[in-house]
Amino acid sequence: MIPAKFDYVAPTSVEEALSALADAGDDAKVIAGGQSLLPVLRMRLNAPEVIIDLGRIDALRGIRDDGDAIVIGAMTTHADVQADPLVREHATLITKAVTEVADPQIRHRGTFGGALAHADPAGDLGAPALALDAEFVIAGSGGTRTVAASDFFVDLFTTAIEDDELLTEVRIPKKTGWGAHYEKFVRVAHQWPIVAIGAAVKVDGGTISEARVGLTNMGSTPLRATSVEQALVGQPATDEAVRAAAASAGEGTNPPSDLNGDADYRRHLATVLTRRAVLAAAGG
Amino acid sequence: MTKIEVTVDGAKYADDVEPRMLLVHYLRERLGKTGTVVGCDTSNCGACTVHVDGRSVKSCNMLAVQADGHEVTTVEGLAQDGELHPVQKAFHECHALQCGYCTPGMIMQSIDLLNDNPNPSEEEIRTGLEGNLCRCTGYHNIVKAVQTAAGGAQ
Ligand SMILES: Cc1cc2nc3c(=O)[nH]c(=O)nc-3n(C[C@H](O)[C@H](O)[C@H](O)COP(=O)(O)OP(=O)(O)OC[C@H]3O[C@@H](n4cnc5c(N)ncnc54)[C@H](O)[C@@H]3O)c2cc1C
Ligand code: FES
Ligand code: FES
Repeated sequence: MIPAKFDYVAPTSVEEALSALADAGDDAKVIAGGQSLLPVLRMRLNAPEVIIDLGRIDALRGIRDDGDAIVIGAMTTHADVQADPLVREHATLITKAVTEVADPQIRHRGTFGGALAHADPAGDLGAPALALDAEFVIAGSGGTRTVAASDFFVDLFTTAIEDDELLTEVRIPKKTGWGAHYEKFVRVAHQWPIVAIGAAVKVDGGTISEARVGLTNMGSTPLRATSVEQALVGQPATDEAVRAAAASAGEGTNPPSDLNGDADYRRHLATVLTRRAVLAAAGG
Repeated sequence: MTKIEVTVDGAKYADDVEPRMLLVHYLRERLGKTGTVVGCDTSNCGACTVHVDGRSVKSCNMLAVQADGHEVTTVEGLAQDGELHPVQKAFHECHALQCGYCTPGMIMQSIDLLNDNPNPSEEEIRTGLEGNLCRCTGYHNIVKAVQTAAGGAQ
Protein backbone atom coordinates (compact mmCIF):
# COMPACT_ATOMS: atom_id res chain seq x y z
CA MET A 1 0.00 0.00 0.00
CA ILE A 2 0.98 3.63 -0.30
CA PRO A 3 0.43 6.32 2.32
CA ALA A 4 -2.74 8.40 2.40
CA LYS A 5 -2.43 11.87 0.84
CA PHE A 6 -0.47 14.49 2.73
CA ASP A 7 1.10 17.89 2.18
CA TYR A 8 4.86 17.93 2.19
CA VAL A 9 7.12 20.60 3.67
CA ALA A 10 10.92 20.46 3.54
CA PRO A 11 12.36 23.20 5.77
CA THR A 12 16.09 23.96 5.79
CA SER A 13 16.40 25.22 9.39
CA VAL A 14 15.14 24.18 12.81
CA GLU A 15 13.26 27.51 13.13
CA GLU A 16 11.41 26.89 9.85
CA ALA A 17 10.59 23.35 10.96
CA LEU A 18 9.23 24.59 14.30
CA SER A 19 7.03 27.18 12.63
CA ALA A 20 5.76 24.57 10.16
CA LEU A 21 4.90 22.38 13.16
CA ALA A 22 3.14 25.24 14.90
CA ASP A 23 1.15 26.07 11.74
CA ALA A 24 0.01 22.49 11.17
CA GLY A 25 -0.85 21.69 14.79
CA ASP A 26 -1.93 18.15 15.62
CA ASP A 27 -2.17 17.12 11.99
CA ALA A 28 1.56 17.16 11.32
CA LYS A 29 4.26 14.54 11.68
CA VAL A 30 7.95 15.03 11.15
CA ILE A 31 9.87 12.54 9.05
CA ALA A 32 13.54 11.84 9.73
CA GLY A 33 14.89 8.76 7.95
CA GLY A 34 11.35 7.47 7.53
CA GLN A 35 12.40 3.91 8.34
CA SER A 36 9.78 3.56 11.07
CA LEU A 37 7.31 6.20 9.92
CA LEU A 38 6.91 5.11 6.29
CA PRO A 39 5.91 1.52 7.16
CA VAL A 40 3.30 2.99 9.53
CA LEU A 41 1.96 5.35 6.85
CA ARG A 42 1.95 2.62 4.23
CA MET A 43 -0.09 0.35 6.46
CA ARG A 44 -2.39 3.38 7.04
CA LEU A 45 -1.97 3.05 10.79
CA ASN A 46 -1.50 6.80 10.76
CA ALA A 47 -2.48 9.43 8.21
CA PRO A 48 -1.06 12.88 9.06
CA GLU A 49 -2.19 15.77 6.87
CA VAL A 50 1.25 17.36 6.77
CA ILE A 51 4.67 15.72 6.68
CA ILE A 52 7.61 17.89 7.68
CA ASP A 53 10.86 16.48 6.30
CA LEU A 54 13.91 17.15 8.49
CA GLY A 55 16.22 15.73 5.80
CA ARG A 56 17.30 19.14 4.48
CA ILE A 57 18.33 20.63 7.82
CA ASP A 58 22.11 20.25 7.75
CA ALA A 59 22.47 21.64 11.28
CA LEU A 60 20.83 18.50 12.68
CA ARG A 61 23.45 16.20 11.19
CA GLY A 62 26.88 15.39 12.59
CA ILE A 63 28.83 14.31 15.65
CA ARG A 64 31.04 16.54 17.80
CA ASP A 65 33.26 16.41 20.85
CA ASP A 66 31.97 18.74 23.54
CA GLY A 67 34.47 18.23 26.33
CA ASP A 68 32.85 15.80 28.73
CA ALA A 69 30.26 14.58 26.23
CA ILE A 70 29.87 13.39 22.65
CA VAL A 71 27.02 15.19 20.92
CA ILE A 72 25.11 13.38 18.17
CA GLY A 73 22.82 15.43 15.90
CA ALA A 74 19.32 13.97 15.68
CA MET A 75 19.52 13.48 11.90
CA THR A 76 22.84 11.63 11.94
CA THR A 77 22.26 8.25 10.29
CA HIS A 78 22.81 4.96 12.08
CA ALA A 79 25.58 4.21 9.54
CA ASP A 80 27.41 7.46 10.36
CA VAL A 81 27.14 6.83 14.10
CA GLN A 82 28.39 3.28 13.57
CA ALA A 83 31.49 4.48 11.68
CA ASP A 84 32.33 7.42 13.95
CA PRO A 85 35.69 7.21 15.79
CA LEU A 86 34.64 9.63 18.57
CA VAL A 87 31.58 7.55 19.41
CA ARG A 88 33.64 4.37 19.28
CA GLU A 89 36.22 5.78 21.68
CA HIS A 90 33.99 7.54 24.22
CA ALA A 91 30.61 5.82 23.91
CA THR A 92 31.50 2.32 22.76
CA LEU A 93 28.15 0.94 23.88
CA ILE A 94 26.41 3.15 21.31
CA THR A 95 28.69 1.83 18.54
CA LYS A 96 27.97 -1.75 19.59
CA ALA A 97 24.21 -1.20 19.77
CA VAL A 98 23.81 0.74 16.52
CA THR A 99 25.66 -2.00 14.65
CA GLU A 100 22.81 -4.31 15.69
CA VAL A 101 20.02 -2.04 14.39
CA ALA A 102 18.13 -3.52 11.43
CA ASP A 103 20.21 -4.03 8.27
CA PRO A 104 22.69 -1.97 6.23
CA GLN A 105 20.07 -0.37 3.96
CA ILE A 106 17.97 0.78 6.91
CA ARG A 107 21.06 2.02 8.75
CA HIS A 108 21.90 4.19 5.72
CA ARG A 109 18.64 6.12 6.12
CA GLY A 110 17.42 5.62 9.68
CA THR A 111 18.60 8.25 12.15
CA PHE A 112 19.83 8.26 15.73
CA GLY A 113 17.28 10.90 16.77
CA GLY A 114 14.45 9.27 14.83
CA ALA A 115 14.98 5.92 16.51
CA LEU A 116 15.02 7.49 19.99
CA ALA A 117 12.03 9.75 19.27
CA HIS A 118 10.12 6.74 17.96
CA ALA A 119 10.66 5.04 21.35
CA ASP A 120 9.81 1.52 20.26
CA PRO A 121 10.34 -0.52 23.46
CA ALA A 122 12.16 -3.08 21.29
CA GLY A 123 14.38 -0.40 19.69
CA ASP A 124 18.07 -1.00 20.22
CA LEU A 125 19.22 2.51 21.10
CA GLY A 126 17.01 3.46 24.05
CA ALA A 127 18.51 1.20 26.71
CA PRO A 128 22.11 2.12 25.84
CA ALA A 129 21.18 5.84 25.89
CA LEU A 130 19.51 5.37 29.28
CA ALA A 131 22.39 3.34 30.70
CA LEU A 132 24.86 6.04 29.65
CA ASP A 133 22.75 8.89 31.15
CA ALA A 134 22.25 10.56 27.77
CA GLU A 135 20.66 14.00 27.68
CA PHE A 136 18.12 14.95 25.05
CA VAL A 137 18.12 18.48 23.64
CA ILE A 138 14.61 19.44 22.57
CA ALA A 139 13.74 22.61 20.65
CA GLY A 140 10.37 24.35 20.82
CA SER A 141 8.99 27.78 19.99
CA GLY A 142 10.04 28.98 23.46
CA GLY A 143 13.67 27.86 23.06
CA THR A 144 15.47 24.66 23.90
CA ARG A 145 15.39 22.44 26.97
CA THR A 146 17.45 19.47 28.01
CA VAL A 147 15.79 16.32 29.31
CA ALA A 148 17.57 13.50 31.14
CA ALA A 149 17.19 10.01 29.65
CA SER A 150 15.36 8.92 32.82
CA ASP A 151 12.62 11.49 32.03
CA PHE A 152 12.72 11.18 28.23
CA PHE A 153 11.13 7.75 27.81
CA VAL A 154 7.56 8.05 29.05
CA ASP A 155 5.72 5.00 27.71
CA LEU A 156 5.33 2.78 24.64
CA PHE A 157 6.18 5.01 21.64
CA THR A 158 5.92 8.07 23.89
CA THR A 159 8.69 10.47 24.89
CA ALA A 160 8.98 13.86 26.56
CA ILE A 161 8.97 15.52 23.10
CA GLU A 162 5.72 17.54 22.76
CA ASP A 163 3.78 17.76 19.49
CA ASP A 164 5.20 21.20 18.69
CA GLU A 165 8.80 20.27 19.55
CA LEU A 166 11.78 18.64 17.86
CA LEU A 167 14.63 16.56 19.15
CA THR A 168 17.76 18.32 17.91
CA GLU A 169 20.67 16.47 19.50
CA VAL A 170 21.63 13.88 22.07
CA ARG A 171 24.53 14.38 24.51
CA ILE A 172 26.28 11.22 25.66
CA PRO A 173 28.59 11.72 28.66
CA LYS A 174 31.98 10.20 27.84
CA LYS A 175 32.88 6.81 29.23
CA THR A 176 36.41 6.74 27.90
CA GLY A 177 38.29 3.54 28.63
CA TRP A 178 35.17 1.60 29.64
CA GLY A 179 34.44 -1.77 28.08
CA ALA A 180 31.04 -2.23 26.46
CA HIS A 181 28.90 -4.84 24.83
CA TYR A 182 25.36 -5.07 23.42
CA GLU A 183 23.94 -8.59 23.58
CA LYS A 184 20.88 -8.94 21.36
CA PHE A 185 18.72 -12.04 21.24
CA VAL A 186 16.81 -12.57 17.97
CA ARG A 187 15.38 -15.53 16.12
CA VAL A 188 15.73 -14.17 12.59
CA ALA A 189 18.14 -11.77 10.88
CA HIS A 190 17.74 -7.98 10.94
CA GLN A 191 14.93 -7.79 13.45
CA TRP A 192 14.01 -6.16 16.71
CA PRO A 193 15.30 -7.98 19.76
CA ILE A 194 13.21 -10.37 21.82
CA VAL A 195 15.37 -9.07 24.68
CA ALA A 196 18.69 -7.24 24.50
CA ILE A 197 21.11 -6.01 27.14
CA GLY A 198 23.59 -3.15 26.91
CA ALA A 199 26.44 -3.21 29.40
CA ALA A 200 29.29 -0.78 30.02
CA VAL A 201 31.84 -1.44 32.74
CA LYS A 202 34.98 0.14 34.10
CA VAL A 203 37.47 -2.48 35.14
CA ASP A 204 40.49 -1.58 37.28
CA GLY A 205 43.02 -4.35 37.86
CA GLY A 206 40.48 -7.12 37.26
CA THR A 207 37.85 -5.54 39.54
CA ILE A 208 34.69 -3.87 38.27
CA SER A 209 34.66 -0.34 39.69
CA GLU A 210 31.60 1.05 37.85
CA ALA A 211 28.86 -0.59 35.82
CA ARG A 212 25.88 0.40 33.67
CA VAL A 213 23.28 -2.07 32.47
CA GLY A 214 20.34 -1.19 30.20
CA LEU A 215 17.48 -3.54 29.30
CA THR A 216 15.73 -3.53 25.91
CA ASN A 217 12.17 -4.85 25.51
CA MET A 218 11.71 -5.65 29.20
CA GLY A 219 8.90 -3.13 29.70
CA SER A 220 7.06 -0.29 28.00
CA THR A 221 10.24 1.83 28.08
CA PRO A 222 13.96 1.08 28.19
CA LEU A 223 14.99 0.11 31.74
CA ARG A 224 18.11 0.20 33.85
CA ALA A 225 19.10 -2.76 36.01
CA THR A 226 20.32 -0.67 38.95
CA SER A 227 20.42 -3.64 41.33
CA VAL A 228 22.77 -5.47 38.95
CA GLU A 229 24.88 -2.33 38.55
CA GLN A 230 25.27 -2.03 42.33
CA ALA A 231 25.95 -5.74 42.79
CA LEU A 232 28.73 -5.64 40.17
CA VAL A 233 30.73 -2.86 41.82
CA GLY A 234 33.76 -4.23 43.66
CA GLN A 235 33.39 -7.68 42.11
CA PRO A 236 36.05 -9.47 40.06
CA ALA A 237 35.17 -9.76 36.38
CA THR A 238 34.76 -13.53 36.61
CA ASP A 239 31.97 -15.75 35.36
CA GLU A 240 30.93 -16.69 38.89
CA ALA A 241 30.77 -13.17 40.29
CA VAL A 242 29.02 -11.74 37.21
CA ARG A 243 26.53 -14.63 37.15
CA ALA A 244 25.57 -13.89 40.76
CA ALA A 245 25.19 -10.15 40.13
CA ALA A 246 23.17 -10.73 36.93
CA ALA A 247 20.60 -12.88 38.73
CA SER A 248 18.50 -9.85 39.62
CA ALA A 249 18.34 -8.45 36.05
CA GLY A 250 14.66 -9.35 35.65
CA GLU A 251 13.51 -7.89 38.97
CA GLY A 252 11.00 -5.08 38.77
CA THR A 253 10.61 -5.44 35.00
CA ASN A 254 7.34 -5.82 33.13
CA PRO A 255 8.22 -7.53 29.85
CA PRO A 256 5.67 -8.32 27.15
CA SER A 257 4.33 -11.80 26.42
CA ASP A 258 4.05 -12.65 22.74
CA LEU A 259 4.74 -15.42 20.24
CA ASN A 260 8.48 -15.06 20.86
CA GLY A 261 8.15 -15.83 24.54
CA ASP A 262 6.17 -15.00 27.67
CA ALA A 263 7.18 -12.59 30.39
CA ASP A 264 8.83 -15.24 32.60
CA TYR A 265 10.89 -16.48 29.67
CA ARG A 266 12.06 -12.92 29.02
CA ARG A 267 12.92 -12.37 32.70
CA HIS A 268 15.08 -15.47 32.60
CA LEU A 269 16.61 -14.43 29.29
CA ALA A 270 17.51 -11.06 30.80
CA THR A 271 19.68 -12.72 33.47
CA VAL A 272 21.49 -14.88 30.89
CA LEU A 273 22.06 -12.02 28.46
CA THR A 274 23.17 -9.68 31.25
CA ARG A 275 25.85 -12.14 32.28
CA ARG A 276 27.04 -12.49 28.68
CA ALA A 277 26.96 -8.74 28.06
CA VAL A 278 28.85 -7.83 31.24
CA LEU A 279 31.49 -10.52 30.73
CA ALA A 280 32.02 -9.45 27.11
CA ALA A 281 32.18 -5.79 28.17
CA ALA A 282 34.71 -6.56 30.90
CA GLY A 283 36.81 -8.61 28.51
CA GLY A 284 37.35 -5.60 26.25
CA MET B 1 2.32 17.90 -6.50
CA THR B 2 5.93 18.60 -5.69
CA LYS B 3 8.66 19.20 -8.23
CA ILE B 4 11.69 16.97 -7.95
CA GLU B 5 14.99 16.81 -9.83
CA VAL B 6 16.87 13.55 -9.63
CA THR B 7 19.63 11.84 -11.51
CA VAL B 8 18.79 8.21 -12.16
CA ASP B 9 21.34 5.88 -13.76
CA GLY B 10 23.24 8.88 -15.05
CA ALA B 11 20.29 10.73 -16.65
CA LYS B 12 18.69 13.84 -15.18
CA TYR B 13 14.92 13.93 -14.65
CA ALA B 14 12.61 16.73 -13.51
CA ASP B 15 9.10 15.61 -12.56
CA ASP B 16 6.04 16.63 -10.59
CA VAL B 17 5.15 13.89 -8.14
CA GLU B 18 2.64 13.37 -5.38
CA PRO B 19 4.54 13.65 -2.08
CA ARG B 20 3.24 10.24 -1.04
CA MET B 21 4.75 8.49 -4.04
CA LEU B 22 7.37 5.93 -3.00
CA LEU B 23 10.75 6.08 -4.73
CA VAL B 24 10.31 2.53 -6.04
CA HIS B 25 7.02 3.48 -7.73
CA TYR B 26 8.62 6.57 -9.24
CA LEU B 27 11.38 4.41 -10.70
CA ARG B 28 9.06 1.74 -12.00
CA GLU B 29 5.94 3.63 -13.04
CA ARG B 30 7.32 7.03 -14.08
CA LEU B 31 10.72 6.10 -15.43
CA GLY B 32 9.84 2.56 -16.58
CA LYS B 33 12.80 1.14 -14.66
CA THR B 34 11.10 -2.11 -13.79
CA GLY B 35 14.41 -3.81 -13.00
CA THR B 36 13.87 -2.67 -9.43
CA VAL B 37 11.12 -4.82 -7.94
CA VAL B 38 8.82 -4.83 -4.90
CA GLY B 39 8.85 -8.02 -2.88
CA CYS B 40 7.09 -7.12 0.35
CA ASP B 41 4.94 -4.58 2.14
CA THR B 42 7.06 -4.29 5.26
CA SER B 43 10.51 -3.07 4.14
CA ASN B 44 11.97 -6.43 5.06
CA CYS B 45 12.93 -8.18 1.83
CA GLY B 46 15.43 -5.83 0.18
CA ALA B 47 14.28 -6.69 -3.39
CA CYS B 48 13.83 -2.94 -4.02
CA THR B 49 17.40 -1.98 -3.02
CA VAL B 50 18.94 0.87 -5.03
CA HIS B 51 21.81 3.25 -4.30
CA VAL B 52 21.17 6.86 -3.32
CA ASP B 53 24.37 8.95 -3.49
CA GLY B 54 26.28 5.68 -3.57
CA ARG B 55 24.75 4.04 -0.47
CA SER B 56 22.19 1.23 -0.52
CA VAL B 57 18.63 1.99 0.55
CA LYS B 58 15.28 0.23 0.29
CA SER B 59 13.44 2.25 -2.34
CA CYS B 60 10.05 1.10 -1.01
CA ASN B 61 10.90 2.84 2.27
CA MET B 62 11.75 6.21 0.84
CA LEU B 63 9.57 8.89 -0.74
CA ALA B 64 10.40 10.10 -4.24
CA VAL B 65 10.43 13.67 -2.84
CA GLN B 66 13.21 12.64 -0.45
CA ALA B 67 15.35 11.82 -3.50
CA ASP B 68 15.07 15.39 -4.80
CA GLY B 69 18.56 16.68 -5.59
CA HIS B 70 20.13 13.26 -5.18
CA GLU B 71 21.61 10.62 -7.42
CA VAL B 72 19.96 7.21 -7.72
CA THR B 73 21.52 4.11 -9.25
CA THR B 74 19.37 1.09 -10.04
CA VAL B 75 20.37 -2.35 -11.25
CA GLU B 76 19.68 -1.03 -14.76
CA GLY B 77 22.46 1.51 -14.45
CA LEU B 78 25.26 -0.90 -13.59
CA ALA B 79 26.33 -2.17 -17.01
CA GLN B 80 28.74 0.13 -18.83
CA ASP B 81 28.95 0.10 -22.64
CA GLY B 82 27.18 -3.24 -22.81
CA GLU B 83 29.57 -4.82 -20.27
CA LEU B 84 27.95 -6.27 -17.17
CA HIS B 85 29.19 -5.00 -13.80
CA PRO B 86 31.62 -7.52 -12.20
CA VAL B 87 29.03 -8.37 -9.54
CA GLN B 88 26.38 -8.98 -12.22
CA LYS B 89 28.86 -11.19 -14.04
CA ALA B 90 29.64 -13.14 -10.87
CA PHE B 91 25.91 -13.71 -10.18
CA HIS B 92 25.59 -15.03 -13.73
CA GLU B 93 28.67 -17.25 -13.55
CA CYS B 94 27.89 -18.69 -10.11
CA HIS B 95 24.22 -19.14 -10.99
CA ALA B 96 23.32 -17.12 -7.91
CA LEU B 97 19.63 -17.16 -8.66
CA GLN B 98 16.68 -19.48 -8.90
CA CYS B 99 13.50 -17.52 -9.68
CA GLY B 100 15.59 -14.33 -9.81
CA TYR B 101 13.15 -12.10 -7.97
CA CYS B 102 15.58 -11.14 -5.20
CA THR B 103 18.49 -10.73 -7.65
CA PRO B 104 18.35 -6.97 -8.39
CA GLY B 105 18.34 -6.18 -4.67
CA MET B 106 20.99 -8.79 -3.90
CA ILE B 107 23.27 -7.35 -6.58
CA MET B 108 22.80 -3.76 -5.39
CA GLN B 109 23.45 -4.70 -1.77
CA SER B 110 26.45 -6.87 -2.71
CA ILE B 111 28.01 -3.90 -4.49
CA ASP B 112 27.45 -1.71 -1.42
CA LEU B 113 29.00 -4.41 0.76
CA LEU B 114 32.07 -4.72 -1.47
CA ASN B 115 32.48 -0.93 -1.59
CA ASP B 116 32.70 -0.96 2.21
CA ASN B 117 34.72 -4.13 2.53
CA PRO B 118 36.48 -5.34 -0.64
CA ASN B 119 37.57 -8.63 0.97
CA PRO B 120 34.68 -9.85 3.11
CA SER B 121 34.70 -13.19 4.93
CA GLU B 122 31.78 -15.56 4.36
CA GLU B 123 30.26 -14.39 7.64
CA GLU B 124 30.66 -10.73 6.70
CA ILE B 125 28.91 -11.43 3.40
CA ARG B 126 26.00 -13.14 5.15
CA THR B 127 25.69 -10.28 7.67
CA GLY B 128 26.07 -7.66 4.95
CA LEU B 129 23.16 -9.23 3.06
CA GLU B 130 20.95 -9.68 6.11
CA GLY B 131 18.43 -7.15 4.82
CA ASN B 132 17.89 -9.15 1.61
CA LEU B 133 15.69 -12.22 1.63
CA CYS B 134 15.75 -14.93 -1.02
CA ARG B 135 12.42 -16.71 -1.05
CA CYS B 136 14.01 -19.59 -2.98
CA THR B 137 16.70 -19.69 -0.25
CA GLY B 138 19.51 -19.82 -2.76
CA TYR B 139 21.90 -18.09 -0.38
CA HIS B 140 24.77 -20.48 -0.96
CA ASN B 141 25.47 -19.44 -4.54
CA ILE B 142 24.77 -15.79 -3.73
CA VAL B 143 27.58 -15.89 -1.16
CA LYS B 144 29.78 -17.64 -3.74
CA ALA B 145 29.04 -14.93 -6.29
CA VAL B 146 30.06 -12.19 -3.87
CA GLN B 147 33.27 -14.08 -3.06
CA THR B 148 33.94 -14.49 -6.79
CA ALA B 149 33.34 -10.81 -7.47
CA ALA B 150 35.63 -9.88 -4.57
CA GLY B 151 38.35 -12.17 -5.92
CA GLY B 152 37.96 -10.76 -9.40
CA ALA B 153 38.28 -7.21 -8.16
CA GLN B 154 41.62 -7.85 -6.48
C1 LIG C 1 12.72 -3.95 8.50
C2 LIG C 1 13.11 -3.04 9.64
C3 LIG C 1 13.87 -3.55 10.68
C4 LIG C 1 14.24 -2.75 11.76
N1 LIG C 1 14.98 -3.30 12.74
C5 LIG C 1 15.32 -2.55 13.81
C6 LIG C 1 16.08 -3.10 14.87
O1 LIG C 1 16.49 -4.26 14.85
N2 LIG C 1 16.39 -2.31 15.94
C7 LIG C 1 16.01 -0.99 15.98
O2 LIG C 1 16.33 -0.31 16.96
N3 LIG C 1 15.30 -0.43 14.99
C8 LIG C 1 14.96 -1.17 13.90
N4 LIG C 1 14.23 -0.58 12.89
C9 LIG C 1 13.84 0.85 13.00
C10 LIG C 1 14.96 1.78 12.55
O3 LIG C 1 15.96 1.83 13.56
C11 LIG C 1 14.51 3.22 12.30
O4 LIG C 1 15.57 3.85 11.65
C12 LIG C 1 14.25 4.07 13.50
O5 LIG C 1 13.38 3.44 14.40
C13 LIG C 1 13.56 5.38 13.11
O6 LIG C 1 14.47 6.31 12.65
P1 LIG C 1 14.08 7.21 11.41
O7 LIG C 1 15.13 8.25 11.32
O8 LIG C 1 13.87 6.38 10.24
O9 LIG C 1 12.74 7.91 11.94
P2 LIG C 1 11.33 8.12 11.23
O10 LIG C 1 10.76 6.83 10.80
O11 LIG C 1 11.43 9.20 10.22
O12 LIG C 1 10.53 8.70 12.48
C14 LIG C 1 10.13 7.88 13.56
C15 LIG C 1 9.27 8.69 14.53
O13 LIG C 1 10.02 9.65 15.24
C16 LIG C 1 9.57 10.96 14.99
N5 LIG C 1 10.78 11.78 14.86
C17 LIG C 1 11.85 11.48 14.06
N6 LIG C 1 12.81 12.41 14.23
C18 LIG C 1 12.35 13.30 15.14
C19 LIG C 1 12.91 14.49 15.73
N7 LIG C 1 14.14 14.90 15.42
N8 LIG C 1 12.17 15.16 16.64
C20 LIG C 1 10.93 14.71 16.98
N9 LIG C 1 10.36 13.60 16.45
C21 LIG C 1 11.06 12.90 15.55
C22 LIG C 1 8.74 10.87 13.73
O14 LIG C 1 7.73 11.85 13.71
C23 LIG C 1 8.16 9.48 13.84
O15 LIG C 1 7.05 9.47 14.69
C24 LIG C 1 13.86 -1.36 11.78
C25 LIG C 1 13.12 -0.84 10.73
C26 LIG C 1 12.73 -1.65 9.66
C27 LIG C 1 11.92 -1.06 8.56
S1 FES D 1 10.03 -4.28 -1.35
FE1 FES D 1 11.37 -2.96 -0.33
S2 FES D 1 12.08 -4.18 1.25
FE2 FES D 1 10.64 -5.50 0.34
S1 FES E 1 16.10 -16.54 -6.41
FE1 FES E 1 14.01 -16.62 -5.95
S2 FES E 1 13.87 -15.15 -4.39
FE2 FES E 1 15.97 -15.37 -4.57
